[in-house]
Amino acid sequence: MKFKIAAAIGAAAMIAACASKPEEVVATPSTGTTAPAGPTAGSVGDFQQTSGDRVFYAFDSYALTGEARNSLSQQAAWLQAYPSVKIQVAGNCDERGTREYNLALGARRANAAKDYLVGLGIDPSRITTISYGKERPVDPRSSEEAWSLNRNAHTVIVSGAVS
Amino acid sequence: MLAAVRTFAAVLTAACLAAGAWAQDGPRRIDITQGNLQPMPIAVPNFLGDDSREEKIGADIATVISNNLARSALFAPKDPASFIERIRDADVQPRFADWRLINAEVLLVGKADVTAENRLQVSFRLWDVFGQQQLVGLRFETTPENWRRIAHQVSDRIYERLTGEQGYFDTRIVFIAESGDKLQRVKRLAIMDQDGANPVFLTNGEHLVLTPRFSPTSQQITFLSYASGRPQVYLFNIETGRQEILGDFPGMTFAPRFSPDGAQVLMTLEQNGNSDVWVMDLRTRQRRQLTSAPAIDTSPSMAPDGRQIVFNSDRGGSPQIYVMNADGSNVRRITFGEGRYSTPVWSPRGDLIAFTKQLRGQFYIGVIRPDGTGERIIADGYQIEGPTWSPNGRVIMYQSETRGVGGRAEVRSVDLTGFNERRVPTPGDASDPAWSPLLD
Repeated sequence: MKFKIAAAIGAAAMIAACASKPEEVVATPSTGTTAPAGPTAGSVGDFQQTSGDRVFYAFDSYALTGEARNSLSQQAAWLQAYPSVKIQVAGNCDERGTREYNLALGARRANAAKDYLVGLGIDPSRITTISYGKERPVDPRSSEEAWSLNRNAHTVIVSGAVS
Repeated sequence: MLAAVRTFAAVLTAACLAAGAWAQDGPRRIDITQGNLQPMPIAVPNFLGDDSREEKIGADIATVISNNLARSALFAPKDPASFIERIRDADVQPRFADWRLINAEVLLVGKADVTAENRLQVSFRLWDVFGQQQLVGLRFETTPENWRRIAHQVSDRIYERLTGEQGYFDTRIVFIAESGDKLQRVKRLAIMDQDGANPVFLTNGEHLVLTPRFSPTSQQITFLSYASGRPQVYLFNIETGRQEILGDFPGMTFAPRFSPDGAQVLMTLEQNGNSDVWVMDLRTRQRRQLTSAPAIDTSPSMAPDGRQIVFNSDRGGSPQIYVMNADGSNVRRITFGEGRYSTPVWSPRGDLIAFTKQLRGQFYIGVIRPDGTGERIIADGYQIEGPTWSPNGRVIMYQSETRGVGGRAEVRSVDLTGFNERRVPTPGDASDPAWSPLLD
């Protein structure tokens, strides 16, 4: 869980290209001579590292940004490569909205991401959606930076990945 | 007169006490429509008892009553240390001069009696000190462990006698008990008395639960749970603990709320990202779609007469409040002020709709008339939301969360006048309060 959050924040930093701290993305213990660094191909970790597992939205918006489309395209490419993988896209919101409105907004975000993946050829039967509204923040702060991270669609592999 | 009082926990019976020669006219009446008025000074000596157990119950009852009245801000209980007369017989007229001297406008005397059959009998008389007459006198009977309910019922009788309005002390609050840090919050369905006593957890925190609402007519709660793996509206029977998913809908259901007659549940159904308002009949389980805009339509709340529904929609570009007929026709927007409006909740009196508003980074609780006039803000803060009405429509509770990493969630209450804002005691952090109807 901690790892996932760190990865998500790292990915966000990269997407925003704000040169803040891309070193947080993943720890790479590449000192020995044994296996090559990085996650096993087809694993959850591979998916997260290869395509990123969150796309981000503007305030009260479910429109996909250019960065979000890029990220989803990478997700789609990875999912094409591993056709037995099934995913759930979870829609999340920042805290600046009421609980119920945000549940509806999160559903829109999850479906916007799903629709884009389907448009890129991913079978809709491989994708479920869920909304957590503002219940699943990845950054607990109350700041513009935290809010921008908390407004996301989070792609979670539910089955079919290489372990 | 013998009035049978139906409750979920135990049967309470109430009987009028003879007023003797004293008339039942009142002292000055408290006008609760005014904010910041001078609270009425009241003396609440411990209720009498014949032994230490009865005296303990009597003292506890007096404390609960005194606290209820003080929290309403309509009454100012006098410090017992200032009392001159020591009440020795609850059925004898008090020495009014002694109570006038300490400026108590009204005096409550009572006694607690535990019978040989282990029944608790509590009687009280409310005296108009300056008018020198009994205002109300009643006797209640219940089981001894139910003494708090009697204290609340006595409080309600006092409130009713002196304000002319229905009381709200014999009520409960269902809410979400929160624990853990912001990134791994554990949320449990919980219930407590209106004053924070007797908190009970109804779910174990394994699944995310949100937005519980009380049935206005039965011991049932409707709420949102992720227990099945996806968010769905549930019914929870408080007496049996039984839970059931309400309807097999092909998408997320959320934002449930009972109709005022308790026969229907309004909710939102989300399909393919679009949210619409639906209504389900609890007896026939038939459901009907009420809105069909390609927009967010959520947070429905029905008027007490059942003829109109207020809801939240962003069909105009930002979240605003709309009213429609109960069949979904005649939709009109009622909020046009600056800001984003949501979570409308119709007052049990019918004359106002409470809402959450966001404007320039701040949150507000406000009220507005159903025709869109008379908007008034009654509370503000960072992240306050989700108003719920006391059954008499005079007090609003809402949830408040503080900023940042260590953000704490609590329940607060404020009078409709915008005065008397205070924290509601809860066991730990709490959110999503919903007021029950009067229990009797």
